[in-house]
Amino acid sequence: MIFFIIRRLFMTVFLLILVSMITFAIFFLVPRLAGQSAYQLAAQYVGRNPIPSEIKAVEAKLGLNAPLYLQYGRYLKGIVFGIHYNNGTDVSYCPFPCFGYSFRNQQPVWPQLISDAPVTLSLAIGASVLWLIGGVSIGVLSALRRGSIFDRFSMGVALAGVSLPVFFTGLIALELFSYKWPIFPNVHYVPLTTNPLLWARNLVLPWVTLAFLYAALYARLTRAGMLETMGEDYIRTARAKGLPERQVVVKHGLRAALTPIVTIFGLDLGLLLGGAILTETTFSLPGLGQFTILAIQNQDLPEIMGVVMIASFFIVIANMIVDILYAVIDPRVRF
Amino acid sequence: MAGSMLEVRDLRIHFQTDDGLVRAVDGVSFSLDRGRTLGIVGESGSGKSVTSMGIMGLHQGTKAEITGEIRLDGEDLVTADPGRVRELRGSKMAMIFQDPLSSMHPYYTVGDQIIEAYRIHNDVRKKVARQHAIDLLGRVGIPQPAVRVDDYPHQFSGGMRQRAMIAMALSCDPELLIADEPTTALDVTVQAQILDLISDLQSEFGSAVIIITHDLGVVAELADDILVMYAGRVAEYGSAADIFGRPDHPYTWGLLASMPRMDRDRTTRLVPIPGTPPSLIRVPSGCPFHPRCRYTHLTGGRCDTEVPQLHEAVTPGHAAACHLTAEERARQWAALSAGKVADDASEPVSQGPVSQGPVSQGSVSQGKVEA
Repeated sequence: MIFFIIRRLFMTVFLLILVSMITFAIFFLVPRLAGQSAYQLAAQYVGRNPIPSEIKAVEAKLGLNAPLYLQYGRYLKGIVFGIHYNNGTDVSYCPFPCFGYSFRNQQPVWPQLISDAPVTLSLAIGASVLWLIGGVSIGVLSALRRGSIFDRFSMGVALAGVSLPVFFTGLIALELFSYKWPIFPNVHYVPLTTNPLLWARNLVLPWVTLAFLYAALYARLTRAGMLETMGEDYIRTARAKGLPERQVVVKHGLRAALTPIVTIFGLDLGLLLGGAILTETTFSLPGLGQFTILAIQNQDLPEIMGVVMIASFFIVIANMIVDILYAVIDPRVRF
Repeated sequence: MAGSMLEVRDLRIHFQTDDGLVRAVDGVSFSLDRGRTLGIVGESGSGKSVTSMGIMGLHQGTKAEITGEIRLDGEDLVTADPGRVRELRGSKMAMIFQDPLSSMHPYYTVGDQIIEAYRIHNDVRKKVARQHAIDLLGRVGIPQPAVRVDDYPHQFSGGMRQRAMIAMALSCDPELLIADEPTTALDVTVQAQILDLISDLQSEFGSAVIIITHDLGVVAELADDILVMYAGRVAEYGSAADIFGRPDHPYTWGLLASMPRMDRDRTTRLVPIPGTPPSLIRVPSGCPFHPRCRYTHLTGGRCDTEVPQLHEAVTPGHAAACHLTAEERARQWAALSAGKVADDASEPVSQGPVSQGPVSQGSVSQGKVEA
């Protein structure tokens, strides 16, 4: 088990390095192949109507003239250890983890990512708890009462949930519960540390909107999984032992049906932590998703790279946790 | 046999499906005493497993319509409260299933699954239950039970899994043990060990055992009584000695002829029963076996119109449901056991040619089949 985890950790590090390489290649190698010079790249850092000497200074400072593999080495070093930038006259230090400087405001990227992450974290974790509990319980009940009115109704709603995009359901929710009946007026992000009550209250609509989309999916998945496991031989054995039906369903049925759900849950959560773009935009929440949108609109390469690295970090880590959880849940996977 | 531990009277288990009413079990009666073993024999879909699940009350919550009586020590399980049947399940009656791998939960250790079975019905601490599980595993012949108790089912071999299933079933000292094809999924060498184990444990625990199988060799070894089922009905019912010595139903003859025997010449061909078991939705009129039976021309057309009733033709306690007269059956069986397939019988079934094997004269014993 220990070896399994260590092996997975190595795999994770390797994957992250691979992602950084690909990201770097897309943003530095491809433009160079397309004929962009280091001078043109440096110009993007300086702003409108730059003075050529300023551009030259930036080019020298960031080492944009160096061979690409050296640049990649510096990039990686910056992320892992921090890095000193030196153009002869001016030395600046970008502390670990350094994702470079934003084109927009010449500020380091990392502190901006860090300041936006709690918003996304609050949104993703709150919503995921809601959809996991809601989706799984609806799925189990639907499976146990297959063909009932409850089953048909909830599966119908689930179909709608899967099909409707967040910017539709989110706007409807805002219209109804923020404007028409102002139960949650003036939705905006308040940090948890400032006012926990207001934090939760303002996040209710985004949580429910996001959870609705996923709960629908999870309800359908759980229902299908439960229908399958409840037909297994070991369920019959559990009943033959004289176990109360409740225990048969939860301890024997749901336990087995949850395995694929856990896998997908890990991936979904990891994906969301990198930025719930649609939900954040709909509810104007200043999280990583908004950050991403802005970075793309401004063609701010260092910011985009930073956000890609963060998002892939979450996904790769989530993947690793899922794999380890899988081994905990299913003894057949252990090595 | 009044006052037996288990009495089943006119049990009918029907399922309403979209295609029609499935008469999985249609009027089955038998009884069983402590310390005795009943073998229920039949092809797939003859209603053997449905019967045993019915006794265990495992059709609860399905669309099964159950009528008739199942009395366990006088208590009727058909009309009993489901909660009461659940209490009895696992404690007073227990069941072993066909495929021990899929019948054990893959996520829990063997020990945990036995402990769970024990603790549902006995209010004991986990430690006590664990020791009980280790004792049971030792008793069913698992080496190093104190270590293996923490293994998962996939770490056990097939035979060991079935042993563990038996340990689980025996955890609460059941008075009735139902084994549904306990050896079908196992290696041939392991089969005999499991059967020996069941019969040893039966003499040790004194419980009544029902063995469900399509393998006549299995029941020949273990059963005191045999119930031959066909299309949800009883074709023949009697003691093992009677059924192997003087089978009284053409279907039983067919089963015996289709089975290899040590006491026959090796060149003797096995004779399959022509055709396939009927659909339980459209059971043939009259005797359900008549489309596959070679003797229908001997009864004057009653076979496809009139349902034969069980009657004791030869010895008391040995009953068969067939329209042939007792004398006619005696004559046909004498011919068959002499190694002759009824030549004068017409071929009623077109599908599946019936091989008429070379006649082996000589040593045809009608005693027990050694399997």
